[in-house]
Amino acid sequence: MATEAELELQRLGTEYKYGFRDPEQYVFKSRKGLDREVVEQISWMKNEPDWMRQFRLKALEYFLKRPLPTWGADLSELDFDEIHYYVKPTERQGRSWEEVPEYIKQTFERLGIPEAERKFLAGVGAQYESEVVYHSLREDLERQGVIFVDMDTAVREYPDLVKRYFGTIVPPNDNKFAALNSAVWSGGSFVYVPEGVRVEIPLQAYFRINAENMGQFERTLIIVEPGGYVHYVEGCTAPIYSTASLHSAVVEIIVKEGGRCRYTTIQNWSKNVYNLVTKRAAAYRDATMEWVDGNLGSKVTMKYPAVWLMEPGARGEVLSVAFASDGQHQDAGGKMVHVAPYTSSQIISKSISKGTGRASYRGLVKVHRGAHHVRSNVVCDALLLDEQSRTDTYPYMEIEEEQVSIGHEATVSKVAEEQLFYLQSRGLSEAEAMSMIVNGFIEPITKELPLEYAVELNRLIQLEMEGSVG
Amino acid sequence: MTLEAAPLFTIENLHAGIEGKEILRGLDLVIDRGEIHALMGPNGSGKSTLAYVIAGHPNYEVYEGRILYKGENILEMTPDERAKLGLFLAFQYPTAIPGVTMANFLRLAVNSVRKARYGEDKALSPREFRRLMREKLAMLRMDESFATRYLNEGFSGGEKKRAEILQMALLEPEFAILDETDSGLDIDALRTVADGVNALFNPNMAMLIITHYQRVLSYIKPHFVHVMLDGKIVASGGPELAEELEVKGYDWLKAEFAETAS
Repeated sequence: MATEAELELQRLGTEYKYGFRDPEQYVFKSRKGLDREVVEQISWMKNEPDWMRQFRLKALEYFLKRPLPTWGADLSELDFDEIHYYVKPTERQGRSWEEVPEYIKQTFERLGIPEAERKFLAGVGAQYESEVVYHSLREDLERQGVIFVDMDTAVREYPDLVKRYFGTIVPPNDNKFAALNSAVWSGGSFVYVPEGVRVEIPLQAYFRINAENMGQFERTLIIVEPGGYVHYVEGCTAPIYSTASLHSAVVEIIVKEGGRCRYTTIQNWSKNVYNLVTKRAAAYRDATMEWVDGNLGSKVTMKYPAVWLMEPGARGEVLSVAFASDGQHQDAGGKMVHVAPYTSSQIISKSISKGTGRASYRGLVKVHRGAHHVRSNVVCDALLLDEQSRTDTYPYMEIEEEQVSIGHEATVSKVAEEQLFYLQSRGLSEAEAMSMIVNGFIEPITKELPLEYAVELNRLIQLEMEGSVG
Repeated sequence: MTLEAAPLFTIENLHAGIEGKEILRGLDLVIDRGEIHALMGPNGSGKSTLAYVIAGHPNYEVYEGRILYKGENILEMTPDERAKLGLFLAFQYPTAIPGVTMANFLRLAVNSVRKARYGEDKALSPREFRRLMREKLAMLRMDESFATRYLNEGFSGGEKKRAEILQMALLEPEFAILDETDSGLDIDALRTVADGVNALFNPNMAMLIITHYQRVLSYIKPHFVHVMLDGKIVASGGPELAEELEVKGYDWLKAEFAETAS
């Protein structure tokens, strides 16, 4: 007889675990489609300062003018007129879970957020649709001057910091989706780590889309002052709908001298979500920026976390895992822009394609003239699980300096029948053997994750396998 | 014939091959509990094919015949179903699985086999498993660091063979096939591995030792020796047959076999 845990696993294997939905009980929901009126409405509801309203309206112009990208994933089915750009679930934000509306609280309970908060997090932000409904930070960190609030609160309470940095790393006209986000952004996190303060346990933000045809456009800004350290983790899920939802975030990070920031994403959107995200960091003298990027869900993901290495000694790293199963296209990778000499970077990408899934690595290493003694290394490994799955690699190099050391390796492999047979001959089922091989393949990245997330990632992959074999 | 009276393992008129090419041409073999059988033969005689067919390698096709294990035909079973019945193959060329530690792999393997064979509640806790693993590592004079190494990755030839025997020690099979476990081992490593195998053997299990050379058989004493040529067993006898082969080589048997076949 199967144990309770196994029964649950079997059940989960056949369905996306986070696909449940709540009835819509919203305070406000903008009509479908996007124009000046909708942007004005968002800004008005948020009671924003005029500079932010102007910023949004300018960004809207950029968005309308720019064509869709013609490279990367197929976005032709994405209909901007079918999306609700702003959905406000509740009037106020909770500082304790008791203050969060019951049905939303239950959703986050099911996602395990309050439990994770109690166990291993220093602070939690929970966004539901367009607004952050819960936010907390441990008191000792607050006392040390760490700020961890939602972006809307930051605009109100820390206007000087926000005005100084907002939109400087990812300008509104950077690309079509950055422009879109700049026009309609709502929610997201603002993190400020004062000089010399080390936040030793992670902060986490969790993003949940609930409504159908919803667009979520959170905006995150992280500032690490000299010698500071923070590890920020984000997770995301949504219900399954037959129609498309859109998630288009912008994340901007500034890491000053000797500081370090690690940003970890476990993206597990349902398979009707377009996930089109711009993430970029600037690292200054001797600073370190690390992106750990896990993409499992979504219909289409286009995401290339970037580090601009601005001053000598700066170091950038991208560790990327993409898992594309049936009907998914994960177009992911990383960008390293070496502006200054004596800077170093590394991109390690591991992609897995299953069934009709397609995983592409797309990356850029750029070395500006004068940025001598740069070291950069790119490794992208692709694993194909069956005959029809597909992978592509687009590694771009723009090197304008001679005295540099650039390495690039790419491998494509198939799960070997010999490996499956070997593991099966030891008593592992085909699904168990397959997930073990895949988990081994991404091990260089999972070993960088906090244990809880490594376990979660391995488990998600196992669920993908359970659904596919047998 | 009742199941209790049936021998542990029987092969009847086995015809099998790969990609339509017949390699095993009517092979018969009976092995019972408490017995060690040695299967010898020159390269290309089909020894490893037999090992793969018994373990259920998907690339091999069975054209005719049966393999009965505890009275049950196992040919339709997947490799993991066979393992869960207590079958084990020590591979001649074990495959590397990058990123998967020996300990993680073996705990999952041991527990799925234990649950199938002894009952759902017989899985080992992480602590019990670690203790068992340490004990078996010590028995095979293997360093504890093996537990945290990636499965067969970067292992020397000798390390791979020891790791196979370690797996056998942990999985406690009732029927084990050792496919050229002696090849690539120096004399000290061979002795350690053989000592391990001898320590694991018990009257409740059976073993089939596939080897090219007689050398290993002076460390692991077989009760029966079979010689395979061209996909068939052409001679069977006691340990003295192995010694005879050592002296005379395979050619005399080939000549004899050719005569009887014609």
